Amino acid sequence: MNSSEEKIHSTVIILLHKIAPEADLNKLLNHSDIRQTLGIDSFDFLNFTISISDTFNISIPEDDYGKLVSLADIIQYIKNQNPQFS
Amino acid sequence: MADFCMPSLGADMKTGILVEWHVQPGDRLKRGDIIADVETDKGIMEVEVFEDCIIDEILTQPNTEVPVGTTIAKLHSAIGQESSATSAQMIVQNGQQAAQGTKELVLETQPGVPSTLESQPIASIPPPSAEPSESQRLKISPLARKLAAELSIDLNQVKGTGYAGAIQAQDIQAVALARTQKQAQISPEVEPAEAVAIASPATVQPQLRTEFQTRMRRAIATAMSRSNRDIPHYYLETQIDMSRPLQWLAKENQMRSLKDRILLIVLLLKATATALTDVPELNGYWLNDNLQVEEAIHIGFAISLRQGGLVTPAIHHADLKNLDELMMTMRDLIERTRGGKLRSSELTDSTVTVTSLGELGVQKVFGVIYPPQVALIGFGKITEQPWADQGMLDIRPILSVTLAGDHRATDGIVGTRFLQRLDFHLQAIAQP
Repeated sequence: MNSSEEKIHSTVIILLHKIAPEADLNKLLNHSDIRQTLGIDSFDFLNFTISISDTFNISIPEDDYGKLVSLADIIQYIKNQNPQFS
Repeated sequence: MADFCMPSLGADMKTGILVEWHVQPGDRLKRGDIIADVETDKGIMEVEVFEDCIIDEILTQPNTEVPVGTTIAKLHSAIGQESSATSAQMIVQNGQQAAQGTKELVLETQPGVPSTLESQPIASIPPPSAEPSESQRLKISPLARKLAAELSIDLNQVKGTGYAGAIQAQDIQAVALARTQKQAQISPEVEPAEAVAIASPATVQPQLRTEFQTRMRRAIATAMSRSNRDIPHYYLETQIDMSRPLQWLAKENQMRSLKDRILLIVLLLKATATALTDVPELNGYWLNDNLQVEEAIHIGFAISLRQGGLVTPAIHHADLKNLDELMMTMRDLIERTRGGKLRSSELTDSTVTVTSLGELGVQKVFGVIYPPQVALIGFGKITEQPWADQGMLDIRPILSVTLAGDHRATDGIVGTRFLQRLDFHLQAIAQP
């Protein structure tokens, strides 16, 4: 991970913690399925995508939900959508 | 002057922790206003008043645990003195009856959890006085009387939490439990009068919070054991082709901003609520050996807590809400459930339950009915499956919907009709 990726990573972790404060984020590896690992339901996930969209100033069409499975996916997605973070 | 008592927010609730008051002496409250936050096995709840009133005195300090039925505040009716004596209308949470002649403002317990079934209002009986005379008939449910006799409990030591202070089975159980605890701690021979004392207010210790999970587990255990013991379940399943609803939803969401998107579960809830208006027999309670159909459709939606446990807050009047309103209600409910800020009515009003485990990957749900409800609808995972339609084989997204029904209340044919209507309404949402 380069420094820009690390920044995205730590921000995403903060957002996840806000959505699911009671979830154990230590269990989450870079390639783990976030929803399965943390027990994120569709409402949590919607809130999570809203917060990512707002924070990184990107739009996330519903068709792209499949690209947001793991932390690694999300970091890649944010970099692709907003060059400012790549 | 009326007593405001620690309400029973579930048949298995013995004590509640008064977390915080929302009012001060002298405050005027309208029906439905929040008076206090109370912590139970199911989380912190905002307790509402069911009558306009004025707070006279607060008796219980915040962070204090008290038994159900303990007077925690004194208040008087805001309507007028005469009304509190004779015509105070008590709005019952499930809106079924109003008792007359009640002097006490009493929070109704869960509308018919089995141990409170017997506590139907006894409107013709005068309000309780501080010291009931021999001639005055004690207000007590038959089951409570039987329990008291079995457990050798002196009825004069029991504070009723039902209508107008009527003693219910759970009041007896609370005293019995307190006595058991006292006996375990102090001596093998204890009079009931002393036993009540052990349940008197005690400041909440930090470990009570850590015991929260254990208590919630016990609450679930009690309700589910009762369900399995008393309810003869029947199970039906239908498979629904979700092609059209999913296409409709995808198209609809494309036009919406991220914040306004609708989730599939909301479509399922809407179709469920509408189908229940077609087949109302599944929306109600099994009470006193009778099916009591409820007019209002309050869907209890099972929300699992990540730290373990389950809460099923009610989506009030789900049939009258459109998709956007349902979406908003659900987001609010889930947020407050997880944050531990539900209102008392949301935990006691559900007329039917919906559980959706499909999101976590399970195909079919075989539900356990939450008594005294008579049905539970389970949504599984949508999977792609081979599907034959008009002689053509295709691959379609298929949703398994199951119904657990109480066979005392309805027969399989009613459940069948419901599942057919559910399918119909789900497809109908997708019609232009």
